[in-house]
Amino acid sequence: MKVNELFKQELKVINMGLRSFAADIKSQNVEVIHVDWRPVAGGNKKLASMLSKLKGK
Amino acid sequence: MIAKWLIKENSYYDSVTLMLVTKEIEARDDVENAVVVMGTDLNKDLLNNVGLLNDEIRKTTANDLIIAVKMKEDKFDEIVAKVEELLSKKTSEVGEDYTPPTLDSAIKHMPDSNMVVISLPGAYAADEAKKALENDKHVMLFSDNVTIEQERELKELAVSKGLLMMGPDCGTAMINQVPLCFCNKVRKGNIGIVGASGTGTQEIMVQIDRFGGGCSQVIGTGGRDLKKEIGGMMMTLGIQALAADPNTEVIVLVSKPPAYEIAEKVLKTLKESGKKAVVNFIGGDDELVRKYGFIAANSLEDAAYKAVALAKGEEPKDAPLFEESEEMIDKMVADERAKMSPDQKYLRGLFSGGTLCDEALKLFTKEFGGIYSNIALTDEYQLKDNKNSYKHTALDLGDDEFTVGRPHPMIDSYTRQQMILKEAEDQEVAVLLMDVVLGYGSNEDPAGSLADHIKLAKKKFADRGQYLSVVAYVCGTKEDPQNYEQQIEKLKDAGVILMPSNAQAVRFAMKVVRGL
Repeated sequence: MKVNELFKQELKVINMGLRSFAADIKSQNVEVIHVDWRPVAGGNKKLASMLSKLKGK
Repeated sequence: MIAKWLIKENSYYDSVTLMLVTKEIEARDDVENAVVVMGTDLNKDLLNNVGLLNDEIRKTTANDLIIAVKMKEDKFDEIVAKVEELLSKKTSEVGEDYTPPTLDSAIKHMPDSNMVVISLPGAYAADEAKKALENDKHVMLFSDNVTIEQERELKELAVSKGLLMMGPDCGTAMINQVPLCFCNKVRKGNIGIVGASGTGTQEIMVQIDRFGGGCSQVIGTGGRDLKKEIGGMMMTLGIQALAADPNTEVIVLVSKPPAYEIAEKVLKTLKESGKKAVVNFIGGDDELVRKYGFIAANSLEDAAYKAVALAKGEEPKDAPLFEESEEMIDKMVADERAKMSPDQKYLRGLFSGGTLCDEALKLFTKEFGGIYSNIALTDEYQLKDNKNSYKHTALDLGDDEFTVGRPHPMIDSYTRQQMILKEAEDQEVAVLLMDVVLGYGSNEDPAGSLADHIKLAKKKFADRGQYLSVVAYVCGTKEDPQNYEQQIEKLKDAGVILMPSNAQAVRFAMKVVRGL
């Protein structure tokens, strides 16, 4: 199972959302990338859904 | 009163950062109301409620930052400068590292990343979690407001790939000794935990550490995993992963009582693991646990105590009711009671941890028959007005109604500070009972942020010729970032009686109110 492979690897994290979570992980010398996320189409759900259809997802 | 506002287009900040900034601005004497938010519909309602909504603000999107302030005199430029300074300080906490704009670009930048931690607004969280799973990444999903249908879909995808899908609403996990989100730093060891309850899991980790044991992995599932709709998918996968992990010798399961058939399913998987195990279905069916040959625990502390015994190859016994001798405890209780007036009789619990509050309700109900709460065990004891305690009451201050527009009480003590002062007005109160949760994610100085208010409350009682007993438990270890000893000292200095576990703090508080 992939989980057991994870247990043998070094943890490498992508953080999306609260920056403080990334800061905490970084403070433990664990590799982390914080995503500078923002709502798709400025939070306009209708537009976001049209965009996602355009991308074929 | 002067009202001014500023809109910064395309400047996204997360809600906790903005709430903490708002709090600092509101604390200024010259400010009546300050709202620093993104232009979401919910935030526009909030602005409307304080009379700061206007046509310009109505046109903003969830990507636009709004700074709106009502103040006594026009210090708006100064306030905006302060907001910008605070935001840039918060933003720099993750350093000057590259911050890609999307998950796809982050994965391209770090292709060997293996865990995606998501705490985005619920409406967007499930899509990003799905993307992460599709890219073979394990996921910890802290966000709530994800539907149960989405949860089911995400977990089915994760199980089909053998990936962790911790959450939604998963607050605590420790993978490869790295605490994630709200989590204590504990010793490395041979006990693996799968937990469906955040602070319940934290308490078990901390108590394992206290009894000299250690943890291998701590897997969170989110609170709904053992509901019929989800069927314990992540708890099952977690058990299987710990079963195959050579560093895990003992497994601990913690969850609120599951549906009977889900409990059976989980216990069957646990049986197949061939490992020793302790199960705490908090207040649930212990007979079923024993039927499968596992050890049932009567408190979170007891689960840890028994797990450590198993991990050392010893026969597990019940955890002692108190760490101190009975004589010592009885003397402490008598000392507290001697200082009270005859009309002081009630316990008031002010909890930041939901499961710690739930454990208090269950222990108290066993002895006293019932206790009022906003998360009461039965309808009879559900508070009519959740902000007003009645007779014996314990409140979960992390519940939704207390956290609208405010960070969780484990991050920000404001709500609890106000409640401490409110309880101090009630001369029938005998004991305040509190949890102080340390660890990553929590407030950097929770004891310090409560101590002054505790002293004030005690003084109010003293001024009336009464005495307020305050009992607390610090859920933390010496390795936590807050400095455990200093936290203990700050509370002791405020006259707080400290107990070494949540269960013991509840028992001590019950002894004080018994017979008053």
